Amino acid sequence: MALSPDESGRLADLLSEHADGLVVHWAELVGNGLQGRMSRPELERQTRDLQKGFQQAFAAGARDLTDEEAGELRAQLGELSSNRARQGFSANETAISVFALKDAVLGVIGDTSDAQTLRDFVAFSGFIDRAALFTFDSYVRVREALIADQAEQLLELSTPVVKLWEGVVAVPLVGTLDSARAQVVMERLLQTLVDTGSPYAIIDITGVPAVDTQVAQHILKTVVAARLMGADCIISGIRPQIAQTIVALGIEFGDIATKSSLADALRYVLGKNSYKVVTSKRTEH
Amino acid sequence: MERVPVLKIGDILLVSIQIDMEDQVALQLQEDLAEKIVTTGCHGVIIDISALDIVDSFVGRTLATIASVSRVLDAETVVVGMRPAVAITLVELGLSLPGIRTALNVELGIEMLARSRGEVWQDDEDEGDPAAVPAS
Amino acid sequence: MNEESRLIPVATDQDVVRVRQLVRTVSVEAKLSLVDQTKLVTAASELARNTLVYGGGGTVEVARVRNEIRAGVRIVFADQGPGIADLDLALTDGYTTGGGLGLGLSGARRLVDEFAIDTAPGEGTTITITKWCR
Repeated sequence: MALSPDESGRLADLLSEHADGLVVHWAELVGNGLQGRMSRPELERQTRDLQKGFQQAFAAGARDLTDEEAGELRAQLGELSSNRARQGFSANETAISVFALKDAVLGVIGDTSDAQTLRDFVAFSGFIDRAALFTFDSYVRVREALIADQAEQLLELSTPVVKLWEGVVAVPLVGTLDSARAQVVMERLLQTLVDTGSPYAIIDITGVPAVDTQVAQHILKTVVAARLMGADCIISGIRPQIAQTIVALGIEFGDIATKSSLADALRYVLGKNSYKVVTSKRTEH
Repeated sequence: MERVPVLKIGDILLVSIQIDMEDQVALQLQEDLAEKIVTTGCHGVIIDISALDIVDSFVGRTLATIASVSRVLDAETVVVGMRPAVAITLVELGLSLPGIRTALNVELGIEMLARSRGEVWQDDEDEGDPAAVPAS
Repeated sequence: MNEESRLIPVATDQDVVRVRQLVRTVSVEAKLSLVDQTKLVTAASELARNTLVYGGGGTVEVARVRNEIRAGVRIVFADQGPGIADLDLALTDGYTTGGGLGLGLSGARRLVDEFAIDTAPGEGTTITITKWCR
């Protein structure tokens, strides 16, 4: 419910009149909730900024949080949530930073039986609720973005494509392969083949604990796609259980070269390129 | 109608497809190439598709036909430069382009042709040419 | 919610090229990944050619769409041609009446997220495909 123009005017006056007392009380309340994880001066600075934000929004005639006059305030609240989210505070702790303003205002109103003051407080309380919900919303959005970013970083970290020899690249896969990751690996590998002009790729799955139909399909598709581009894939490091699963699932690896270890795979590729791996006796100088 | 140019470099015909081909252009290329193989006597064809951002079943079929026709005319075809996104899409589409040899780039394509010509010559020197033995 | 859609008639080979280019442009605007763009343009190329060859020409409408969670691209291929009598058969890999590879319909379906087909003998064919951003 929106405030009346009179109400927002009176609230602006109230906030400016008791500015100092409010900020101290408010910062104290928030500080208790955060249990010393934020320094007092910093907290007071933040609270003062917010107090000014509310005061200016009301003074400009804002009757609801969605009003144009409250734009600045919304930006402040958004920034507060995003900072709190990044610093690892909980959603609760973030919302309380706004809710505490109610208690602080109640503190300065003191004991009153004045009906108008009570009505003002109820209206104000509604406004604060909406502001806190807005904060909560921004908090969730920031956290979701953070999680998505981290997932992406993890994906990039976990899928290196390395050059093993002239014309040979390898992807050592480690950890559980889900469909999304398998797809990233596939695209990355194929792009590396083009960038390095390598006609051979070794997909090493020693570090993959399990393979399901979908993942096996992804690996197969990668091999076929690489072939279409003119490169050969060798799969190495298939562990006994995985070999059992592959057969049990009825997945046809067809004429795809499979080797038990990365070393075997490399030896196989070098052999195809007329290299010979020999052990040479060390000569002493 | 635009036309895809066919260049002769030594014993090789090089085609670099740089435009989004209408179906007619693709068919025209197929004819031009067959003609050129016969008039030049070239034994290798390299088709560079690195500029193509898609290959649909029509282009795929045209490439396959070019490869088959060339083989009949004693020329080996290598398709080079297929982009990863195109390859992934072709796999999903179910088009595996059987009978087409591929290489990552023009250089590797030329190497591949040189190698297969070399093998053919080596076969010729051998007493029993395996390709010449009729299947019983 | 539909944003503005663009419609092109398909009557010649050149129009199929135009469909591919338009779908590419809209896919880039919708921020589809490169692989998804390639899949959608390829599917559009197959279906636009079907509209031309089997439907005797028609229209292709391309629009950016958005649902609660994601943005995407929707394409509608419509013709007033003979329609498809046996849909199951037409969607089988390798089946063709036009001398192609028989991968147009079935292949295009695998390349997109949503595929709807509305057809009856003598009443034309309308195919709607959608690809969503990941």
